[in-house]
Amino acid sequence: MLRFLLTRVSLVIPTFIGITLLVFVLVRLIPGDPIETMAGERGIDPAEHARLVHEYGFDRPVIVQYGLYISRLVQGDLGRSIVTHKSVIEEFSSLFPATVELSLCALAFALLLGIPAGIIAAVRRNSIFDQGIMGLSLTGYSMPIFWWGLLLILLFSVQLGWTPVSGRIAVLYFVEAKTGFLLIDTLLAGDIDAFWSAVSHLILPAIVLGTVPLAVIARMTRSAMLEVLGEDYIRTARAKGLSSFRVVAVHAFRNALIPIVTVIGLQVGVLFTGAILTETIFSWPGVGKWLIDGIARRDYPVLQGGTLLIGTIIMAINLIVDMTYGLINPRIRHQR
Amino acid sequence: MTIEATPASAAAKAPSGPTHPFAEFLSYFAANRGAMIGFGTIVVLVLLGAFANLFAPFSPIDTNPQAFLKPPIWQAGSVAGHWLGTDAIGRDMLSRLIYGARLSLLIGLAVVALSVTIGTILGLVAGFFRGIVEIAIMRMMDILLTLPTLLLAIIIVAILGPGIVNALIAVATVLLPHYVRIVRATVIAETAKDYVTAARLTGAGSLRIIVKEILPNCAAPLIVQATLGISTAILDAAALGFIGLGAQPPTPEWGTMLADAREFVLRAWWVVTFPGIMILITVLAFNLLGDGLRDALDPKLKR
Amino acid sequence: MSYNRTLPALAIVAALFATPVSAKTLVFCSEGSPENFYPGINTTGTSFDVNSQIYSRIVDFERGTTNVIPGLAEKWDISADGTVYTFHLRKGVKWHSNANFKPTRDMNADDILFMFERQWKESNPYFKVTSSNHSYFNDMGMPKLLKSVEKVDDYTVKVTLNAPEAPFLSDLAMEYAGVQSKEYADAMLKAGTPEKIDQEPIGSGPFYLVQYQKDAIIRYKTFPQFWGGKAAIDDLIFSITPDASVRWAKVQKGECHVMPYPNPADLDAMRKDPNVTVLEQPGLNIGYLAYNTTKKPFDDVRVRKAVNMAMNKKAIVDAVFLSSGVPATNPIPPTMWSYNKSVKDDPYDPAAAKKLLAEAGYPNGFETDLWAMPVQRPYNPNAKRIAELMQADLAKVGIQAKIVSYEWGEYRKRAQAGEHQMAQLGWTGDNGDPDNFLNTLLGCASAKSNGSNIAKFCYQPFEDLVQKAKTTSDQAERTKLYEQAQVIFKEQAPWFTIAHSVQLKPVRKEVVGFKLSPFGRHTFYGVDIK
Repeated sequence: MLRFLLTRVSLVIPTFIGITLLVFVLVRLIPGDPIETMAGERGIDPAEHARLVHEYGFDRPVIVQYGLYISRLVQGDLGRSIVTHKSVIEEFSSLFPATVELSLCALAFALLLGIPAGIIAAVRRNSIFDQGIMGLSLTGYSMPIFWWGLLLILLFSVQLGWTPVSGRIAVLYFVEAKTGFLLIDTLLAGDIDAFWSAVSHLILPAIVLGTVPLAVIARMTRSAMLEVLGEDYIRTARAKGLSSFRVVAVHAFRNALIPIVTVIGLQVGVLFTGAILTETIFSWPGVGKWLIDGIARRDYPVLQGGTLLIGTIIMAINLIVDMTYGLINPRIRHQR
Repeated sequence: MTIEATPASAAAKAPSGPTHPFAEFLSYFAANRGAMIGFGTIVVLVLLGAFANLFAPFSPIDTNPQAFLKPPIWQAGSVAGHWLGTDAIGRDMLSRLIYGARLSLLIGLAVVALSVTIGTILGLVAGFFRGIVEIAIMRMMDILLTLPTLLLAIIIVAILGPGIVNALIAVATVLLPHYVRIVRATVIAETAKDYVTAARLTGAGSLRIIVKEILPNCAAPLIVQATLGISTAILDAAALGFIGLGAQPPTPEWGTMLADAREFVLRAWWVVTFPGIMILITVLAFNLLGDGLRDALDPKLKR
Repeated sequence: MSYNRTLPALAIVAALFATPVSAKTLVFCSEGSPENFYPGINTTGTSFDVNSQIYSRIVDFERGTTNVIPGLAEKWDISADGTVYTFHLRKGVKWHSNANFKPTRDMNADDILFMFERQWKESNPYFKVTSSNHSYFNDMGMPKLLKSVEKVDDYTVKVTLNAPEAPFLSDLAMEYAGVQSKEYADAMLKAGTPEKIDQEPIGSGPFYLVQYQKDAIIRYKTFPQFWGGKAAIDDLIFSITPDASVRWAKVQKGECHVMPYPNPADLDAMRKDPNVTVLEQPGLNIGYLAYNTTKKPFDDVRVRKAVNMAMNKKAIVDAVFLSSGVPATNPIPPTMWSYNKSVKDDPYDPAAAKKLLAEAGYPNGFETDLWAMPVQRPYNPNAKRIAELMQADLAKVGIQAKIVSYEWGEYRKRAQAGEHQMAQLGWTGDNGDPDNFLNTLLGCASAKSNGSNIAKFCYQPFEDLVQKAKTTSDQAERTKLYEQAQVIFKEQAPWFTIAHSVQLKPVRKEVVGFKLSPFGRHTFYGVDIK
């Protein structure tokens, strides 16, 4: 296991270095500069501009800038935002919990509906259930979620008034940010009303963000289950007289779990892409929106740091998924 | 953003016999109702797009100052002739949607053509020459895959500047790794086989082997991936348009139309609803077709 | 994990501290997050809104007007030559406090000096803290204008200028001149965390900061010892909501009381809503199309006049601003003192335009570029759409205009360098002084130094009037000079004045005493809730 782990990690390192380089170069290629952008119509005195450029170190050769960036990165310093002058890590960590909370709820929504739907579709193969579920899931998979979000807001928030329009919690609740996860913070504060307020704000965005993963998970579960259900040992189990529920729930599902876990791992990147759009639509104060703002303002450190952190997190999750494989299926370990 | 599912039911159930491969493919495909629906929808969309100037009652960019933001024909306050209503500066929704079909299909095709071409070349090179070249290419693809697609696309558009062509390049770049991976995997699998060795022994050059022997074997998975890729491309390009980085107004691109319509979300449901429906239908049609193609081509893939 | 065991205990403790929803909470749905809590380096109105609740200034603008009234300075004397200002400071002004810092003294001259020196002197230990880009202080010309700032005694500060400057007091009423606590600054410097004063602010304003969550919420409480008397509301909340339609939905539902920047598309619904009043006022701004007066063919005043007449201003304003803009005649907005009502705008008259073009030697028109900003600005909701309409109008008199755009920072820089022939731009007033428009945007100095005068307009009769007005302190006399300058402006036509955007603010009926600020700022001191 340790060797397997080491090989995997050693594969990740060049990718990580590649990402730092790619992100650094891409961000430098974006035209415009943050000082000019911030200056607005009034502009900035060329001498003052030159002084600031020098102060930020933008006038040095790119390779030197990259070297400095890496040397600071190694010490855990991702620089400061040029707009707010706060450290990138600080900003990221104050916004990231919101994104994680949203993504986890979306994933939970996708799993809770997607896995049972997939199992039912597989067991009742070619039935009306199967066709209905598969039709719906392909529709979900094809959904432009930015539009889906607008529709749900129109229906549930504006027409019916059931859910709040945007934000994470009603502003009247004052909850101290201990963990950054409002569902937990409100409970820690013992404020049950605030908790429900947070839940009601989460429902629509989580549904919107969870739609595509839900579709993918339902489809994946179905095909994995179909494959397993067709194998000999399941037939044997059935022949032995085990109840059909037991066969499906215990034997078949456990074996279908590997491809499902893989898909969940792959969904992390998808969730993040979706989070950028969902956060924009619901004014959700997460890192997706922060990065989009960062581009508009040419805030290099935010863009570099944010993209790097997100890339790292996705890599880490992929690594964990790989390991989980190894745990679920020892064969993989030995193959490598 | 692709579904990598194992063979679905239709393929497993369909009858098999010693028929011509293409006839076999057709019979599989025709038996798949979803695929046929998808195919039919795409044909309709292609016709609409190709003959947009015939179908559309108005020009997509002409404004009508007498009819700002009028509802569809079945609602009170509508203006005759504007079947699906008008947008904020009096342009005909129906005409814009029809011209949008042309645009979205072109975007989808262009993106896929671009990324399939480059992806195939890179994949062939990586798979055939192996070694340091392969490592370099595949690491690069890993990096592209690690970053969230939309974020990467946004950064690329920010570099190139907003606009339809640049959005297209960005989306093509983001889709690239899938094709490279598929082609490389096929190439590696194929080069190990006897017929390639045989061709080598007869003195065929690398290029000849690649083009004549290996490339045709990549075709089936590439076609499936490309069809699904069109739907991803349309979706991603629309998302860029929605963020304001894709096609620029007054271009009738559906995502851009949605972005333009966002401020009217509380007041004019039609400007918000219709472009989204069009995106959904188009993407769904390509996904249905792609699934159908995969199921129909799959028996050969598993060979 | 002991999570489950500690939970009830925590819940009890938390319950004790949980604040009951107070009766008088005003919620403002703001449009974005502030840059930080140091107004000296802020560049956006959003940041100024946030910080003006916290900090006091030496002098203030009277709410709803551009008049300067006493702030931290109770009164002031100006020397006869207009170069020495002596400020007499208010006594007993209290500072806020927070977890890091409890003030031991009242506001005094040291704090005022700190405000100046932090932005002015590179030797000040705080000059580079957080950022050394003191953009408004520099833009107002303070580094060149200030000769010395001296403490006469604890409550008297003497400011000496290098030259008389009529708008000086207005400049000091702007947000960038918010006064921070020197004592707090010293304490944080000693603790090795100087940047804290810009993140956990201590001011002497009517509200103090309780909580800030980026992109989500800013929470203030009323500061009971505020020198002007306790504010009528108890809590002030900024609920950060970037999307305009969503802001309106929140106001409708009563989740917010006031919102800025409504969608023009939602205005009809807003005006019909019985719970909401829509306040409106022409803003202190101008959107314009500048002709490059140093380039052919726009070096000829006849061409400029002809182009002015070729474009249908009313149609442009109606189509692009909807009801949120009024066609502009003068380069300064109608709410500003010295606005010359008697100036007549060039009529929309394509036939006359064609004739004038022929006279100038362009009977068949000419080719030109037409720049449009890539971004939405307060004075121009959609520059590209305006450019398209102008392009169509110009084609009718034979002028072929090509629409050009660049990334925003780049756009302004190139326009200031004079690379364009025709370029759209605009301005939002800083201090309510006509000098801030007429000299900054149309003066010779600004044309020569690649400053904000992108028309490169340098016309001696105009320049003389504006320079004379700048050094005169009698407002009646200044008014006369500026009125004349506006007449010359219209004759010379360096710009096609497009529109002044109207400031529109939906306010719920239960809000009492909210006043529109000509600067587009949002001040909640003096506002109450029924």
